[in-house]
Amino acid sequence: MSNAATMRPGRPALPEWVRRLPEYLTIWVPLLLSAAHLVSFSLWTIWISFTPSTLVPVAGWVGLRNYTAVTASRNWQIAFDNLLLFGSAFVLLSAATGLILAILLDQRIRGENVLRSIFLYPLAVSFVVTGTVWSWLLNPGLGIQKLVHDLGWTSFKFDWLIDRDMAIWTIVIAAIWQSCGFAMALFLAGLRSVDPDIIKAAQIDGAGPVRTYRRIILPSLWPITVTVVVIQLQFAISTFDLVRALTNGGPGIATQLPALVVYDLMFQRSLLGRGAAAAVLMLLILLAVLLPYAAWRYIQRRRGAHA
Amino acid sequence: MAALSIRALSKRYANLEVLKDIALDIESGEFTVLVGPSGCGKSTLLNIVAGLDRPSAGTIEIGGRVVNDVAPKDRDIAMVFQSYALYPSMTVRQNITFGMECRHVPKAEQDAAVGHVAKLLQIEPLLGRKPSQLSGGQRQRVAMGRALVRNPLLFLFDEPLSNLDAKLRVEMRMEIKRLHQRIGATIVYVTHDQIEAMTMATRIAVMHQGSVQQFADPDTVYRYPANLFVARFMGSPPMNTMPARLEAENDGPVVVIGAGRPDELRLRLRGYDAAAPFVGRKVVFGIRPECIAEGSRTFSSEAPVLVEAPVELVEPTGAETMVLLRLGGEPAMARVSPDIRPAPGTSAAFALDTRRICLFDPETERLIA
Ligand SMILES: Nc1ncnc2c1ncn2[C@@H]1O[C@H](COP(=O)(O)OP(=O)(O)O)[C@@H](O)[C@H]1O
Ligand SMILES: [Mg+2]
Repeated sequence: MSNAATMRPGRPALPEWVRRLPEYLTIWVPLLLSAAHLVSFSLWTIWISFTPSTLVPVAGWVGLRNYTAVTASRNWQIAFDNLLLFGSAFVLLSAATGLILAILLDQRIRGENVLRSIFLYPLAVSFVVTGTVWSWLLNPGLGIQKLVHDLGWTSFKFDWLIDRDMAIWTIVIAAIWQSCGFAMALFLAGLRSVDPDIIKAAQIDGAGPVRTYRRIILPSLWPITVTVVVIQLQFAISTFDLVRALTNGGPGIATQLPALVVYDLMFQRSLLGRGAAAAVLMLLILLAVLLPYAAWRYIQRRRGAHA
Repeated sequence: MAALSIRALSKRYANLEVLKDIALDIESGEFTVLVGPSGCGKSTLLNIVAGLDRPSAGTIEIGGRVVNDVAPKDRDIAMVFQSYALYPSMTVRQNITFGMECRHVPKAEQDAAVGHVAKLLQIEPLLGRKPSQLSGGQRQRVAMGRALVRNPLLFLFDEPLSNLDAKLRVEMRMEIKRLHQRIGATIVYVTHDQIEAMTMATRIAVMHQGSVQQFADPDTVYRYPANLFVARFMGSPPMNTMPARLEAENDGPVVVIGAGRPDELRLRLRGYDAAAPFVGRKVVFGIRPECIAEGSRTFSSEAPVLVEAPVELVEPTGAETMVLLRLGGEPAMARVSPDIRPAPGTSAAFALDTRRICLFDPETERLIA
């Protein structure tokens, strides 16, 4: 800003607020607008969840009736169980995969930049594309199973996509494929920030690579691990497009997830009040993850400021 | 027995030659300081000795054994790093025992060793803490403890005091020196601080641009710097150096500063026979600030050499007064008694200690005499 002023010496200096107008317009206006949207729609959804609204929003008060209806429904119960399974499996496996990739990449191998881009690339792909591509790959008649059959191993069976019990794992696989590169990037940054002298000291102390990682490097990564887990959990809770494209909740309702339930209630069964209640429940699950994280960050920062 | 022998060692990164033909022989029990400006290759040399880096050529012997292909852990060395390099997730005790743990030393033996070292360094109350809960000086002690507990043939220190504040640095300097006297260890100590080198070393290797300029005891390095670089690097303020001519008079060589000027300075040299080939040629004249003092000072039993010199600037430090003056028109620093404050712009009499003059060859920059 001050550059612009000094570059035109002949002109009188503009008032501060005029010079900073572009700044205000580009930062604050969108920020306030989106905050207003977020808050007002959240409040509106919360209000709707207590009304008897169906096809259109109506005023009225039904107390927690929408909530009891949602939580009693088999659809929601399956979705919630699936979320627990999918959320924990996806978060753990994707963090583990990301960590392993990061450790492998950290060996100062050739072509690191290319590999890093390859692993990060899925992040740039939309979930719908990921879901669709994996639905082809996992389709027994089109994808991997067919390929192996064509290669001659005809007894090979890989039909998780249409298996009620295993279908949820196809979502886990696709979600890991999409996001382990992100975990890898964070872990790699963490590995690279370890003081090289510490690794030299461990070498002189006689620690092999396994002991060096286990005792010295990995323990220093746990703040990054918390961040990775929270970000991935938040993604897991709000997963919608990936499932929609990959299994659409099926077979049957075997891969139902909360976001799909909300969509189903609101836009397919026109039960606005119940859909809103399900959405509010999702928000509560999200808060159950984010609030402890925020508290942890706050304590960390306080402790950092004191040390 | 030589604790460490480095022969014909060189190191290059791509086309950058970082170390050039280094040769050092370090005796057992010596406190050797590698000193030189930042970037001259000290850390690289130390890392190669430790086995953390490979030389491009040359051999390294530790305790009479060629260790070029020996892993760092088997070289019987311990190292203290500038950043201390403590393991952040371990307690002080675990930091100290980690090496023994890797070598599968029995637990009882570990405890005894930690107890001994903790007592020696007075860090017993810190054993349960994490490095993040320690002050800089305490971290420094723990890093030393980690090295001491190993009881190695050779200690390597890479600028261990650079991250401490000035007061603590002086304290730790003395403590390390005391420790060396007490345990008689062989130490190779890297620093860019020439005062640390002068005060701690039994021998100093002055490095510049990847080669050793001089390897000698501190007094020799100070009194007979091998070349202009060493002369200007060691000592604070550094040696005054200025162009001069060497001439012959009836009773020996005379060094002339500012020849032909009205304030030309002629100094008779005694005992500088090695300078004879330079008579009639240009030389670089060098004199330490403490060899220029107030006119009433006597350096030896002989009649003092007195000069009248214009005073430009006076810097009292409390312990002494530094005076910027001109000798034959060339600027020079003098170190006079603290209560003497010549007025800038006037002339004053100064006594010179001409026995400690250094003469350098202006072309090779080497010491002539
Ligand atoms: N891995 C490396 N690759 C290329 N150049 C390096 C590397 N390590 C050190 N150097 C160069 O070697 C020179 C000496 O470095 P160093 O030994 O750290 O100096 P000092 O410890 O004396 O300050 C520096 O110019 C530095 O840039
Ligand atoms: Mg260094």
